[in-house]
Amino acid sequence: MSNSMSVRTRRIRAVFRKELREYRRSGNIVFAMAVIPFIFLIQPLIQVFAIPSSASAALRHEDSLLYLLAIPAIVPALVAAYGVVGERQQGTLEPVLTTPVRRDEFVMGKALASLLPSAAVAYAVDAVFLACVRLFASPPVASALLRWPEILAQVLFTPMIAAWSIWIGLAISARSTDIRVAQQLGMLASLPTVAVTSLVAFNVIRPTLALALGAAALLLVLNAAGWRLVSALFNRERLIASAR
Amino acid sequence: MNGQNGTRAGQTSTAKGGAAALSVRGLGKRFGDRVAFHDVSFEIGFGEVFGFLGPNGAGKTTIVRTLGTLIKPTSGSATVAGIPLTPENGAQIRQRISVMPEWPGLYLRLSVAENLGCFADLYGVPDPRDRIDRALRAVNLTDRADSPCGTLSKGLRQRVALARALLPDPQVLFLDEPTAGLDPIAARDVHELIAGLGRNGVTIFLTIHRLDEAERLCDRVAILNTTLRTIGPPDELRDRLFARTLAVRTLVPLADPGWVFGTLSAVTSWHQDSSGSYLLAVSRPAVAAPAVTRALVSAGADVLSISEPRHSLEDVYLELIDDDKEASLA
Repeated sequence: MSNSMSVRTRRIRAVFRKELREYRRSGNIVFAMAVIPFIFLIQPLIQVFAIPSSASAALRHEDSLLYLLAIPAIVPALVAAYGVVGERQQGTLEPVLTTPVRRDEFVMGKALASLLPSAAVAYAVDAVFLACVRLFASPPVASALLRWPEILAQVLFTPMIAAWSIWIGLAISARSTDIRVAQQLGMLASLPTVAVTSLVAFNVIRPTLALALGAAALLLVLNAAGWRLVSALFNRERLIASAR
Repeated sequence: MNGQNGTRAGQTSTAKGGAAALSVRGLGKRFGDRVAFHDVSFEIGFGEVFGFLGPNGAGKTTIVRTLGTLIKPTSGSATVAGIPLTPENGAQIRQRISVMPEWPGLYLRLSVAENLGCFADLYGVPDPRDRIDRALRAVNLTDRADSPCGTLSKGLRQRVALARALLPDPQVLFLDEPTAGLDPIAARDVHELIAGLGRNGVTIFLTIHRLDEAERLCDRVAILNTTLRTIGPPDELRDRLFARTLAVRTLVPLADPGWVFGTLSAVTSWHQDSSGSYLLAVSRPAVAAPAVTRALVSAGADVLSISEPRHSLEDVYLELIDDDKEASLA
């Protein structure tokens, strides 16, 4: 059992390492992942800097920081949507499918490789935002915005939301024949998650501990189901035999 | 031509002794209304180099993909490396075989060694470094281990793909058009590598377009055109398909060739090709040639040559495929 587990881990790691090496060799991939979120950050920062100290009391009743949870929903969708269809169009998928790798191992390797840079970009954006607020916003505004429960929620929900977005992106990728279509659909599919995080950030949905726990449990279940769903959608014959 | 077309679809052609590395019975695959291949049966023994020939769209690649567990057959059954071909056995079969697709499919941003390292892990081979070194030595690429695959020529990429296929020490190695698109020198290199693998006892299932290569490399060949048209060693196919003949050339045309050739029991029929050139149908050329020589000398003919024309595998191939075209037009 332990031997079979180690073989499975090794295969997942093989896919994961291959992906990360490709990201490393092509700086454009990571740059493209990071540039939109950082642009996304400019407008909220300008708004924060413009808020007078007198308005800080009102900020204490808002959860604007959670707006940044849209980033882990959007960023990985593009990368994951490329994952299968991109390899298929490059002709690199068929050799992989002729190896003993199982489909759940392959998609897990792909998912983890998309998760790592996506989460890193999301955390980097969070860190830059927090640092800018701490350094350049007026102290009352900064202390009103930077609240530990929200920062903790940001840290914990980022990988869970990113993972969900990745499973959707991979599901689309496994069924697409064109990279552009897959990426556009991946973006569209991430919008419902962005809508939910925005509703929370704008206090339409009031964030509470119970809601956070419920959302976390839901995301964990969805992510487990996502792995199974994408594995089931990953059909060797369809990927090989249907037109590229 | 004697009108025999060798082993036909539905018959099983057996491997050259011993257990079968591949055993295929009545295998077929349809994509909707389109038949990729139909009722294909054959066996390949361990250590055999088996060539699959056929025109574009004949179903060669689909058979490789089917036996490589990428595609499910719609009819028939097969055993690959001793394991029944079923969806449940896919991973187990893929553990014992290697497939080199027509397109090398390398990760171009990764080095040769990184590409092989990735696949060594996917195959779960023990001691991957040693395997990678051995595979690189086998294809003479040790000095390019750190080169990014994107910088390699097409021929070198093909060699890397071959090294990748050798990593798991496969019981059966499927090579799909391994020399397609290569220049003659690169093709010769790959060809020598395959011959070397064959000599080392690796069972090789080869789809190939170059008939001269098939003739040199393969113990047996099969010709596929959706159905299996014939199967056997290249020499045997020639004998099956074409009548044995002797070509006779004389300095001047014989006055009465019918008197010279018609009386010989070793000659079943004859015809004049051109002035001073005759083609004799014989059953046993070694017996007929001395008798024909004696008859020509007795007739006072100045003999320039008596030879047995050799039909190439290409002749066999074209004969069968042309038959198919004529049948489809009829």
